[in-house]
Amino acid sequence: MKKETIIATHDLSIGYKTKKETIAIAENLNLELTSGKLITLVGANGIGKSTLLRTLTGIQKPISGEVFLAEKNINSFDNLELAQNLSLVLTEKLPPSNLTVFELIALGRQPYTNWLGKLSDEDISTVKSVMKLTQIEHLADKKHFEISDGQLQKVMIARALAQETSIIILDEPTTHLDLFHKVSVFKLLKKLSQETKKCILFSTHDIDLAIQLSDEMIVMTEENIVQDQPCNLISKGIFNSLFKDQTITFDSEKGKFIIY
Amino acid sequence: MLKIRNSILFTTLSLVLVLTLLLNISFGQVSIPIKEVVKSILGSSVEKETWEYIITNYRLPKAITAILVGISLSVSGLLMQTFFRNPLAGPYVLGLSSGSSLGVAFVVLGSSFLPSIVAQFFISSYGIILASCIGSLFVLLLIVLVSKYLRDVMSILIVGLMFSSFTSAIVNILTYFSTAEQLQKYTFWSMGNIGNISWQNIGFLSIAIFIGTLLSIVSLKPLDALLLGENYAKSMGLNFKKTQNIIILSTSILTGSITAFVGPIAFIGLAVPHLAKLLFQTSNHKTLFIGTILIGSIIMLLCDLISQMPMSDFTLPINAITSLVGAPIVIWLIIKRKTI
Repeated sequence: MKKETIIATHDLSIGYKTKKETIAIAENLNLELTSGKLITLVGANGIGKSTLLRTLTGIQKPISGEVFLAEKNINSFDNLELAQNLSLVLTEKLPPSNLTVFELIALGRQPYTNWLGKLSDEDISTVKSVMKLTQIEHLADKKHFEISDGQLQKVMIARALAQETSIIILDEPTTHLDLFHKVSVFKLLKKLSQETKKCILFSTHDIDLAIQLSDEMIVMTEENIVQDQPCNLISKGIFNSLFKDQTITFDSEKGKFIIY
Repeated sequence: MLKIRNSILFTTLSLVLVLTLLLNISFGQVSIPIKEVVKSILGSSVEKETWEYIITNYRLPKAITAILVGISLSVSGLLMQTFFRNPLAGPYVLGLSSGSSLGVAFVVLGSSFLPSIVAQFFISSYGIILASCIGSLFVLLLIVLVSKYLRDVMSILIVGLMFSSFTSAIVNILTYFSTAEQLQKYTFWSMGNIGNISWQNIGFLSIAIFIGTLLSIVSLKPLDALLLGENYAKSMGLNFKKTQNIIILSTSILTGSITAFVGPIAFIGLAVPHLAKLLFQTSNHKTLFIGTILIGSIIMLLCDLISQMPMSDFTLPINAITSLVGAPIVIWLIIKRKTI
């Protein structure tokens, strides 16, 4: 099966522009995100993972260089067009409302519905099929505040799936979850990337899980940003430079971090 | 299941609306039998000519005004509560009613500072309407300006609140310098009056509210998306600035025109959307939109009915009644609420 490039960056520099100066977080990035891949983004707190994600999703403009989504500069998309090509799962808490799980997922159809947001039969069958895919059919009529955090995360993933985009980007989808639910979200994302051939990119702090389950990883350190398969990253010794602290080292045989 | 439940609710509310409309027209200083009210509305001749006269010249315009007030304030409340992610938002909070009040206060209380010819025009009822519209438009422009610089919707809400206190301070100062007669005139306006709107003015008001309501229908889909917050809504293709402008425009047309013609009416915009959410147990804005229109109309007709004090010669100020009815509803909702 041929891998399709969904997002590519060309000599991308990310960071902030203030009135006085430009603060670059990373420069000359040439990343390539392809279809059917589960890609995780790891790095210490404050290293700029969010800035990278915001730039890759077109929310923030790059300092220089370009981000291409489906071979088109991401900053030239209008909102609707972007919503049909890229969907998001964010960390923010949902505002209070009476939305049911079904209604919440159906909102993912908004880029395709008419001006009143009326769901066609096709929309409804899409919603049902993504609920089946994420195994949350039994929650359909529950209010979104009645379900657990782990279930809600699956609902938000289903909503992103309903948007029928070639790439889904998730910001720390496993934070606040216990190990069991972390693993089940990881496995679900893995399954989705294989079955739907979508590209799935997400940031996480669960590095050992990421090493075991992702196809590729993007590792952010102070020095550089590297994208490769987990096993290659281990043999290159990239993970040792992940944290500044000398007492945290990476054991490449066990594939996990050891604290002295 | 849900569809059946909603249809039953819509049908029941529509029947209640017809009933309250008939009761509203029937009661007053002169009681008219409901049978005769129905006859008159359907266009057939009525037993007594005075009844016919009362109905067409007083009761019917008053009832229609009540319905228009109920629709426009409730709908703008619904829009604002979702848009500002604040269950306590209402037409009052954006400061539009305050803007109107300020406009009216300036011409009524401050008329002694104006040249006599200008003052005479402004003291007339048209002057008050004009001043009120200019007042709310001024606040609208101010808010649009503020929203250009402040991305956070909560800040706009705070600016609205600050503007209300600013307004009441200016009104207080003007009160200090005004005559008893001017003060009385302003006080009467601020109490709200839906009783003496001419058929011609009802025409104007209907057109304004038709436009405002049409704009709010356009914003129903974006409002559904906004239930997940601004960032998710944008990721689902929402043009936030455009939506914001439509919502601000539609709420200020709805609130501004109503306040201009009938004075500030409190609590309807705040309480009715909550009643609709409680009754329909949903956040779907299409359902809530129809729900608030029906409930808003019913509540305003009932408040007007109470203000007429059946069997007596008194008419109480409508704004006092809506506050008396609305405030306990809001308190009850806050105590009862788990998620609104």
